[in-house]
Amino acid sequence: MTTLVEQEKIQQQFKERMNEDELLNCMRCGFCLPTCPTYIESGYKESHSPRGRIAMMKAVVDGIVEPDEDFERSLDLCLGCRACEPVCPSGVNYGHLLEEARDIINQNKKHSLPVRAVRKTVFEGLFPHQNRMRTMVGLLGFYQRSGIQTLARKTGYLGLLPDNLATMEKVLPKVPTMKDMKNRPEHLPAIAEKVHKVAFFSGCLMDTMFMKTNDATMKLLQLAGCEVVIPKQQTCCGALHGHSGEKNAAKELAKKNIAAFEDLGADFIITNAGGCGAFLVDYDHLLKDDPVWKERAEVFKSKIKDISEILVAVSFHKKVKLELPAQVITYQDSCHLRNVMKTASAPRILLESIKGVRFVEMKEADRCCGSAGIYNIVESEMSMVMLDYKMVQAKATHATTIVTANPGCLLQMQLGVEREGLSDKMRAVHIVDLLAEAVK
Amino acid sequence: MLSNEVKQKLISIVSEKNYDDSKIERLVYSYDATPNFQSMPDAVVSPRNAEEVSQILKICNQYGVPIVPRGSGTNLCAGTCPTEGGIVLLFKHMNKILEIDEENLTITVQPGVITLDMIQAIEEKGLFYPPDPSSMKISTIGGNINENSGGLRGLKYGVTRDYVIGLEAVLSNGDIIRTGGKLAKDVAGYDLTRLFVGSEGTLGVITEATLKLIPMPETRKTMLALYQDLSAAARSVSKIIANKIIPTTLEFLDQATLKVVEDYAQIGLPTDVQAVLLIEQDGPPEVVERDINKIAEVCKLENAVSIQIAATEEEAMALRTARRAALSAVARLAPTTILEDATVPRSEIANMVKAINEITEKYQLTICTFGHAGDGNLHPTCATDARNHEEMERVEKAFAEIFDKAIELGGTITGEHGVGAMKAPYLEWKLKKEGIAAMMGIKQAFDPNNIMNPGKVFAKDSKKRVVITK
Repeated sequence: MTTLVEQEKIQQQFKERMNEDELLNCMRCGFCLPTCPTYIESGYKESHSPRGRIAMMKAVVDGIVEPDEDFERSLDLCLGCRACEPVCPSGVNYGHLLEEARDIINQNKKHSLPVRAVRKTVFEGLFPHQNRMRTMVGLLGFYQRSGIQTLARKTGYLGLLPDNLATMEKVLPKVPTMKDMKNRPEHLPAIAEKVHKVAFFSGCLMDTMFMKTNDATMKLLQLAGCEVVIPKQQTCCGALHGHSGEKNAAKELAKKNIAAFEDLGADFIITNAGGCGAFLVDYDHLLKDDPVWKERAEVFKSKIKDISEILVAVSFHKKVKLELPAQVITYQDSCHLRNVMKTASAPRILLESIKGVRFVEMKEADRCCGSAGIYNIVESEMSMVMLDYKMVQAKATHATTIVTANPGCLLQMQLGVEREGLSDKMRAVHIVDLLAEAVK
Repeated sequence: MLSNEVKQKLISIVSEKNYDDSKIERLVYSYDATPNFQSMPDAVVSPRNAEEVSQILKICNQYGVPIVPRGSGTNLCAGTCPTEGGIVLLFKHMNKILEIDEENLTITVQPGVITLDMIQAIEEKGLFYPPDPSSMKISTIGGNINENSGGLRGLKYGVTRDYVIGLEAVLSNGDIIRTGGKLAKDVAGYDLTRLFVGSEGTLGVITEATLKLIPMPETRKTMLALYQDLSAAARSVSKIIANKIIPTTLEFLDQATLKVVEDYAQIGLPTDVQAVLLIEQDGPPEVVERDINKIAEVCKLENAVSIQIAATEEEAMALRTARRAALSAVARLAPTTILEDATVPRSEIANMVKAINEITEKYQLTICTFGHAGDGNLHPTCATDARNHEEMERVEKAFAEIFDKAIELGGTITGEHGVGAMKAPYLEWKLKKEGIAAMMGIKQAFDPNNIMNPGKVFAKDSKKRVVITK
């Protein structure tokens, strides 16, 4: 519940903080509607479309409506996939409007005690601290290896969890040991003739739960002729904070990362998670009110490149022989990689160059799978509707391997495979893991 | 506000979940794609079939509640803005393709079907529905019919009107009527089908439509011609047609548009040229080949400075880029974008564009003109800022002069966007008092209580026509 006093405060801040030019930029042509998953899945409800949401934000600023429960509900249900942005004739930065609106609502709303406790733990206590991330993921490893997992599954204790969480538990990767997670490289030489010096943004979740994928990424970079530096001072990108209305925390993380990467003399900063990459390239907007930091952010931003982009740029796929046993593969775009980082063709070029596999494009591969950060947990109903639709399209390709480019999408697609009961016939992998497999 | 009595009656027809009068739901149906129009409806109602529409209309007629049928709200004439409140009628449940009849070459649809979904279903059968309004990815066929939407292929294939052959519609008294049918010939009485097409929801609610289809053309070819002289480009258009060639597409961009497109998309077009023509022809390969060569010859004779003919589909896509990017490029110049559709006989294109340029200069505005040269349908598009009242006044004056000029040249105030609330004050310029009176008579016969989309087409006050002195 939002109280009337809270609503008034929210309305006031909307007037003060929302970018009026950006709101006016929306000319209401409706070209965004067909790209919006929540508009379509809600049965064409304008209130669940980008045009509708922008109209609501503007109406709150103009004092025509109050930021009531319905308004909040509409913003909550938005995936933040930003599929509306590339098709917008006026180039409205919807993502920026959404983040600002969510931040205002969150900062002015008194959450219930348990919600506050969870938010504090996750946003302040966990993600910004890589050592705690390791401990957390380490506990998961203990759970997986100690036999508790088997016990929990057998006793039906997991039945107490909501359906998709229980399934999610099954698809989590086998996590590395604490020792391995602590012992991370800081510098790796190029294996082929050196063409670039790059820095690797290792990410918080990627460097713990998905450590294997990070290792594969660095290996591919080395093979592609890149000297790789991995600065220890880097931290979580802050995307989770930014998308959840914790902008100040996100700003602090952004500053740490900019500082960590700026004196390395690297040509590029490489990411392997579309969600992180998209947030990193937006640092200049995040820090726009701080001229000094904005400038530093612009330099940082100009160096961000997804792993698939650099591999294609240095012709990795032409220089290194890639081969796999015969199989059909398909690719699910990471929304943020595609819509914000504008990387769509590079992953496809790489996949099509693997000998032995047949790449089949999935219908609406550019539509969100419903993962969207923590959306699949907090808005699980809508998320599962979208996942089911996605699996229909995936199955229609007859692919046995679904390739993704972001950890959230990867888990969601694995969840989809599990839900369909196809885990013996179909798998979901991160693109770098598949490429690493193809190198061997 | 609706009285509780009306509300309860409406709920009893469509059920609780298809009636919404929450503030947020009313807000998001208070606008369409027309700049500067916003007005809250009293409720939003989603009927499930024609019978429910009929019952709703009876209630509205009895209580004098305005009713605004709305597809996806992409029109540019404020045709679906509930300017007088009342009920916005949505067709999200009535969105089925009922039948594709390959023997009679027709498709029968409910009004809420998305135009592109319908086109895809048609093309899967190797058939063709030519009208392609630029909003077709999201517009509904019901909206297209009510606005008589055009598109890029109007020159050769006509507009929505030319494909609607049968309708089911509900009148304001609740009567459900059927017009036309799967018939190429049908002279049984007045042609109500044509009357309803483009009537903007002011005569009744369309609940089903039968559309004519044609076979899919075998091939298509694309070319681009650049000109240093606007008149030469315009002459090319007339001469192509005088040579008995009707291209599918004959699109035009003026220099102002070209400059902003190049700034925005950097496609390497020279910005010192005065005009660009994008020309496409479709049909059997040998005919297309012959036509395109002949068109190229005409363009050359008219001193086109560059002529490119696409050899592959990729090249064709590249040639179309400038035209496709035109709206985006102009829209990014300023917060408010006003896209108009003044239309003249194609022989007057050059005169019209020159007049637009002079008017732009006179009022010190940014207006870029592009559009469908082949059918004389231009889109002078103004990049402005609705917050700047002084400039908005100049914009209004400029467009009034543009409409005036179009009429003077034998044209019209709107070629494909419709009249709605936006152009209603100018309609009399085109139709004269007598023309308006004739239309008003029809309106009164169908809708004596004026509940069907009131405030549209007919204005309370007409704009005074200013005589331009040069």
